[in-house]
Amino acid sequence: MAAAPDAAEAAEEAGHRVKPPLTPKLVRWFDRRLGGARLARKTLDKVFPDHWSFLLGEVSLYCFVVLVLTGTYLALFFSPSQATVTYSGSYGPLRGVEMSEAYNSAIRLSFDVRAGLVMRQIHHWAALLFLAAIVAHLARIFFTGAFRRPRELNWMIGVTMLVLAMVNGFAGYSLLDDQLSGTGLRVANAIILSIPVVGTWVSSLAFGGPYPGPDMLQRLFVAHVLLIPALLGILIAVHLALVVRHKHTQFPGPGRREDNVYGQRFWPTYTAKAGGLFFLVAAVLAALGGLAQINAIWVSGPYRPADASSASQPDWYMGWADGGLRLMPPWEIRAFGFTVPNPFFPGVLLPSVVFGILYLWPFIEARFAHDDVEHHLLDRPRDHAVRTGIGVAAFTFIAIMLLAGSSDVIATTFGISVNAVIWILRTVLLVAPPIAGLVAARLCVEVRRGEGG
Amino acid sequence: MSEPTVGAAPPPEPKPSRRPPTTRLPAAAFLLSIIAALALAIVYWQGGQPQAEGILLSVALGGIGVGVIAWAHRFLPPGPDVEERPLTASSDEELERLDRELIGSEEEIGRRRVLVRLFGAALGALGLAALFPLRSLGPRPGRGLRTSPFTSGDHLVTEQGERVRPGDIAADGVITVFPEHKVSDADASTLLIHLRPGQNRPRPGRDDWSVDQLVAYSKICTHAGCPVGLYQAQRGLLLCPCHQSTFEVADGCRPVFGPAARSLPQLPLDTDDGGYLIAGGPFSGPVGPAFWDQLR
Repeated sequence: MAAAPDAAEAAEEAGHRVKPPLTPKLVRWFDRRLGGARLARKTLDKVFPDHWSFLLGEVSLYCFVVLVLTGTYLALFFSPSQATVTYSGSYGPLRGVEMSEAYNSAIRLSFDVRAGLVMRQIHHWAALLFLAAIVAHLARIFFTGAFRRPRELNWMIGVTMLVLAMVNGFAGYSLLDDQLSGTGLRVANAIILSIPVVGTWVSSLAFGGPYPGPDMLQRLFVAHVLLIPALLGILIAVHLALVVRHKHTQFPGPGRREDNVYGQRFWPTYTAKAGGLFFLVAAVLAALGGLAQINAIWVSGPYRPADASSASQPDWYMGWADGGLRLMPPWEIRAFGFTVPNPFFPGVLLPSVVFGILYLWPFIEARFAHDDVEHHLLDRPRDHAVRTGIGVAAFTFIAIMLLAGSSDVIATTFGISVNAVIWILRTVLLVAPPIAGLVAARLCVEVRRGEGG
Repeated sequence: MSEPTVGAAPPPEPKPSRRPPTTRLPAAAFLLSIIAALALAIVYWQGGQPQAEGILLSVALGGIGVGVIAWAHRFLPPGPDVEERPLTASSDEELERLDRELIGSEEEIGRRRVLVRLFGAALGALGLAALFPLRSLGPRPGRGLRTSPFTSGDHLVTEQGERVRPGDIAADGVITVFPEHKVSDADASTLLIHLRPGQNRPRPGRDDWSVDQLVAYSKICTHAGCPVGLYQAQRGLLLCPCHQSTFEVADGCRPVFGPAARSLPQLPLDTDDGGYLIAGGPFSGPVGPAFWDQLR
């Protein structure tokens, strides 16, 4: 076996660093069963470039780990049942109130299961940070051109994970069957119904009948704890495997070329830093989960279909979709007895276009830039004024929609009418993105000129 | 497979000289983490307390994080290291060899054209058959979405199931009512609104749909199905809390602002012999958010 001398060499190398009682023995035990000492050494020797922005994807990975750990704990207590029960737990204000078993078990988990509330709140905060880290990671990849050949496939996998993470977050907070989650599901159902031709069928098959379908929470539960997390786990594995395959991109600089990777070896320094980052991310989430109340379902109360409170807002990553629903003018297509309902345009069409463009962006840019060569050195955002301008315009567009998701809160906070807020935001939505994009592109050019580039 | 080609690169800039690193910070961080973890166990044992649990867990995790990173900064090889990065695509010879293998077997397989087609058809049929169980997921949408929750003669009742008399609602007041025995129907909630005399401008053919200045409209928004819960009596407007669609009650609940494109369906009102409010007929149109064949 060719692996033997390598393993010996590796053991020798490890030998004079630390006292070697266990490691060489353990390595040999595994190598006799798996072989691959050379592969292991190659892996440990992989070099990772160093830049703070390369940690954003790692942060989202660590959030996923925290989500799986806390979510498993929650799943041991939560019951996705729509059966009606009367609350008799330790939270006084709800005692004697009729509610679904799902909401009942979520309240019980919050008040009567020791460490339940802190786990639930860490889980919710982890979901919020998960999505934030993914979006920031996406922005980093976009503005530095890291999606270019050969990484287009990994870009598309990443966009898929963004979609899955959004859906799973929504499914998660919809499970609790409190007033807010019921309202959100009702809106989601209206969006599903609005799909031309098949909408009513999709709604009925998804939830087991007309809203609120008898199997609604059961289906959401399976999606939330099994289907989507499993898909995410597989895609994360492929995503990382492709990072290993391509080796990480790097910013240009002395010693850094297209045909090398300049940074730190995976073992031991990079491993220690990355592992340390995991613990830091988990520490921040634990502090948030303990100190910052989130999704206080006992305040909103059990879901009553006839009620809705004002300031009904989704979690932040769905806010842009809700804002789109609010900004949409009252247009509906009715022809030949058929209807294309209003929520279709902001709820189905717009997200399809947004994600469609995201998926295809590497190919769109390659086509227009006549660029079909491999890239491993990153652009600085200023180096590519057109891309940066388009990206800034797109993010501005989404940010204004997100703002519109709080139109009623803005109106009450600043004492202006909701109608005025909507009209202002409708105008800003159309005017601001192109201006922001042009300003950003102009800035890129100016900054480069200032550098003498 | 080539030998790993990692080498230490010349450091780009000389590090400023400083005192030799000590184990003080990482050791302190690990110690703190140990103390916090033990305290966490004690807090749990003593009955638990969410804030304390969160903080102690955070310190226990953060101590490990800070300790490991400080350790790496102090004592582990700082690099930089350099690794070669070969082109991603394979060499032309490799590709040609692969081509030959694929094309060769393609010809072998293609020679039995009947088998190829039957194999494809079998896979297709299996796929089709596998789709059928999807049908079990839910019933045919049917007319349920278009049928009015109220039929002529149904009593209007409160959420507690009590029948309602016209005098039960104060001027400018509004209550939520349901068809008797259908209080839990998600689409059945209906608003009973007491308008001021002369305020209502009934639509053609709806002159006798109100009883004593009372009008009834579906509470389910025609936009996205939220309950239209906010009544601004001064302006006679109903506001949806979800997306701020606004309906003018006196004008047949016509949408006057926001994304809703259809009026709220109106329920004709009547009274029975005992003076209780009943439905004079079904809703004027389909209740709730629109869908493809809603109006057929």
